[in-house]
Amino acid sequence: MPEMVTITIDGREIQAAAGRNLVEIARENGIFIPSLCYYPHLEQPLGTCRVCTCQINGKTGVACTEKIREGLAVEVNTPALNDLRKAVLEMMFAEGNHFCPACEKSGNCDLQHMGYELGLAVTRFPHLFEDRIIDFTPSRMVLEHNRCIKCRRCVEEILTDEGKRVFYYVNRGNETLVGIDNEQEARLSEQQALNAMHICPTGAILVRGKNLSKPFGDRTFDMKSVQTPKLEPEQPFTAKAQREKKVIATVSLAGCFGCHMSMLDVDTGLLDLVEFVEIHRSPLTDFKSFGKRCHLGLIEGGCCNSENVETLRAFREHCDILVAIGECAIWGGLPAMRNTIPLGECLEEAYLSAPAQTGVVPYHEDLPKILDKVYGCHEVVQIDYYIPGCPPSSSHIWKVVENLLWGAKHSVLYSEFKYD
Amino acid sequence: MTAPPIRTQLLDRLWTFQRRSGYIRDADVKACADWLNISTVEVEGVVSFYHFFHRQPAGALTIYLDNSIVAEHAGLQAVQAAFERATGAKIGGVDPSGRFGLFHTPCIGLSDQQPAALINFVPFTRIRPEQVDRLVLELKRGASPTGLADPVAPNIQYVPPEGKSVFFREYTAGKALARAATLGAEGIIEELKTAELSGRGGAFYPTGLKWNACRQQAATPKYVICNADEGEPGTFKDRALLQVCPQTVLEGMIIAGLAIGAAEGVVYLRAEYTWLLPQLEAAIRDFRTRGLLGKNAGDIAGFDFDIRIQLGAGAYVCGEETALLESMEGKRGEPRTRWFFPVERGFLQQPTLINNVETFAAAAHILDMGAAAYCERGIPGSPGVKLISVSGDCGKPGVYEIEWGMPVAELLERCEAKDPYFMQVSGPSGECLSMAEKDRRISMLDVLGTKDVRCGGSFMVFNQSRDLLRILLNFSAFFKHESCGVCTPCRAGNFILQRQLEKLDRGLGREADLQAIRDWGAIMKAASRCGLGKTAPNTPIMAMEKFHADFAARLHKTADDLNRAFDLKRAEAEYEKYKTSGHA
Repeated sequence: MPEMVTITIDGREIQAAAGRNLVEIARENGIFIPSLCYYPHLEQPLGTCRVCTCQINGKTGVACTEKIREGLAVEVNTPALNDLRKAVLEMMFAEGNHFCPACEKSGNCDLQHMGYELGLAVTRFPHLFEDRIIDFTPSRMVLEHNRCIKCRRCVEEILTDEGKRVFYYVNRGNETLVGIDNEQEARLSEQQALNAMHICPTGAILVRGKNLSKPFGDRTFDMKSVQTPKLEPEQPFTAKAQREKKVIATVSLAGCFGCHMSMLDVDTGLLDLVEFVEIHRSPLTDFKSFGKRCHLGLIEGGCCNSENVETLRAFREHCDILVAIGECAIWGGLPAMRNTIPLGECLEEAYLSAPAQTGVVPYHEDLPKILDKVYGCHEVVQIDYYIPGCPPSSSHIWKVVENLLWGAKHSVLYSEFKYD
Repeated sequence: MTAPPIRTQLLDRLWTFQRRSGYIRDADVKACADWLNISTVEVEGVVSFYHFFHRQPAGALTIYLDNSIVAEHAGLQAVQAAFERATGAKIGGVDPSGRFGLFHTPCIGLSDQQPAALINFVPFTRIRPEQVDRLVLELKRGASPTGLADPVAPNIQYVPPEGKSVFFREYTAGKALARAATLGAEGIIEELKTAELSGRGGAFYPTGLKWNACRQQAATPKYVICNADEGEPGTFKDRALLQVCPQTVLEGMIIAGLAIGAAEGVVYLRAEYTWLLPQLEAAIRDFRTRGLLGKNAGDIAGFDFDIRIQLGAGAYVCGEETALLESMEGKRGEPRTRWFFPVERGFLQQPTLINNVETFAAAAHILDMGAAAYCERGIPGSPGVKLISVSGDCGKPGVYEIEWGMPVAELLERCEAKDPYFMQVSGPSGECLSMAEKDRRISMLDVLGTKDVRCGGSFMVFNQSRDLLRILLNFSAFFKHESCGVCTPCRAGNFILQRQLEKLDRGLGREADLQAIRDWGAIMKAASRCGLGKTAPNTPIMAMEKFHADFAARLHKTADDLNRAFDLKRAEAEYEKYKTSGHA
């Protein structure tokens, strides 16, 4: 029998077996410590992702490399620590190229899940958009380096029957990536290969033909948080009589109009809305310029050309509050997939070398100029609020709008907060 | 004693291949994998970690130009241009004939003699651009780099007056060990405690405590490791010790072996100091001949101790002691998690004592002269002397042996600093000083407690003509490249910090961007796995505090809702190239 000792987490006394892992003990006692690289199966914790950073006996450190011992005093939930962990997670999103809407692992991804749990709407860091390869050379797997967070799980866990590693870190510094040994990969059994895909906390390791997951709404991290939700009391609508009519504008820049479709998806709510909202400059009204000042501007899409920039600047000038709606407006989204490739290469591929090429890259003074990369809206003007999603759900959008315009209080439910 | 696993020989084996072909071929990687019975990707992982190992031909003559900030100020650009012209190789590649490879490398420990380069690991110092043509011509004619290089000057500029030098005092090999033998393990450790010796690599951990902790470990064998991976830019004091008096370092290691009960010592020598290898090996051979190494070392019955040298392969982070251990075990030099301290489980999971070159040399001298005599130097609470590597904008760069307690102003005066403005102490990971702090003393006392300056060894002086942001950008590029890449805050954080500094450098930052550097730096400090990520943001944060006016002058002044960091013209520039080709 292991010795039972007393530790405290956020002031709460907990009895636990000495020598066990802090992350596990916290979870068993209903205290959520975010984690990514931590994998219970691995004897020596990895301590690579740092997302479980806590205050341990007065010093900042990671929970996953901490063994339970008598008198251990841990702080988990303080505003500063919550922000610190969120920042580390944001770094992963800023460092990699994570296009959730286009990812096979979406809804079953530990990284995305942590983003939902920590309520990550936008990263405070500039997205780095490094060109990372997708390795199709292994016989059975595909290694998607854009998504790898270098957690080391696969390096330690996936071995051939002979005990040889299949994955190992290569390079150093910001160029570090997880390399794969094609010869050893071919020796893995079907089961071992699938295990590699499953233990990857993101969609970096895929097994060909095996990556279709459950339908949306039925996936592991779609509907339910692992934390007890802290819901604010709902105060849905201010009494209609007291509500002042507000003017809003909307636009789709480098987007697909999907966010606009989502806005319209509010069904009969639309009837309520038109009563209290005047939609001014918007594709919904087809007004193409501002005739008056607006209370709120809703921006879909990022900036991929000079016209987007002009339009966005006009919105900033004419709107009191600007809200970026959807991944593209927030940081570039799917169009930003081109950001890792020089513009010249993109244009030449599209207009000069593609089968249906025109032989010339279109350029005319009347045409908008294509920018070197796709910019998130906040890189061009100040953005006041962000609503993540691809698209965000209709209820999420209108809850935010109601809050901003009339102060209605809503809780955004876990199931409404999505990146895809 | 069982032989250590052959994996520990991997770095040596890779060096053999690297030297033989000028790079490591696919077949070599395969051969190593078969030899160790591991997968090839594991060998690739090790090879690609160290920047002196190449997987592409790197030239029969490989030229590494030091790209530290001191080199940059001393004229790196002109020297680089001269080498590119003369060899036909562009920086980062080889010339068409494959004879010359030209690469940048971080500080090679010659900051007092810049611009400097290594050609096939032979050091060339104070290179003038106009010499380069002739030098390359001679190399093309088949002259060996060794024959063309001037010997490196030890450059010891200052020792304490009135015979108070410790490191460069008269020294007879074996005397310190003989005295140590009479004192016994506990007596040796007492001497170190009395002398208040602490880790000279810059961490200042009490040496006596460390030796005692290792001595008390029951497990055997134990190891003594000398950390000669002097990689902190601007540091070259260990170079001088290894060049002038390697015997004192070896003797310090032997005494450590005696104190903790070890039989094997290893000097982990950075590859940049390959040129010191022959004389270090000669010193070891000489010690063996004199009976100071080997069976019954120093005539101490039952004390068998020998020393070998392990060559590194280019990775700053290997100066971190647990990364150094990984590297010695033939792995990537990634710092370990702190499940165990090296004194508990270090090299091959055995108790291991790791100290800096200077610490071992100091220990030997303290045992020789006696702790009481040693303590006649320095100041109360910080007795003794320290070696400082001074470089940058000063008339007399070089190694200074100072008594602890010397004010910054005195050191600046002694090194004939010209119009000093910004001093970087203990390298990029240390702290920066302004002239308002010139009266602070240099000591090992706690910085916050006494306002003294703790100096690990590097002291770089910059005058007002130097661009502060250029200095920070140089440091930032260094950390980004040298991060081991394992933990997120260091790997991504250093990259992000570099982007932020570039924004300031372009004049597009605002006050909020300065605050972002502070906030993001605090995140890296709190969450990084080892000292590299924890200290990397120190200098930018401190510089903003101490030199705020320099930053304020570079900020964008307009205040509106537009983000000025976005430059439309710049963003359109790439597309504008198609203006003539399109149907205008």
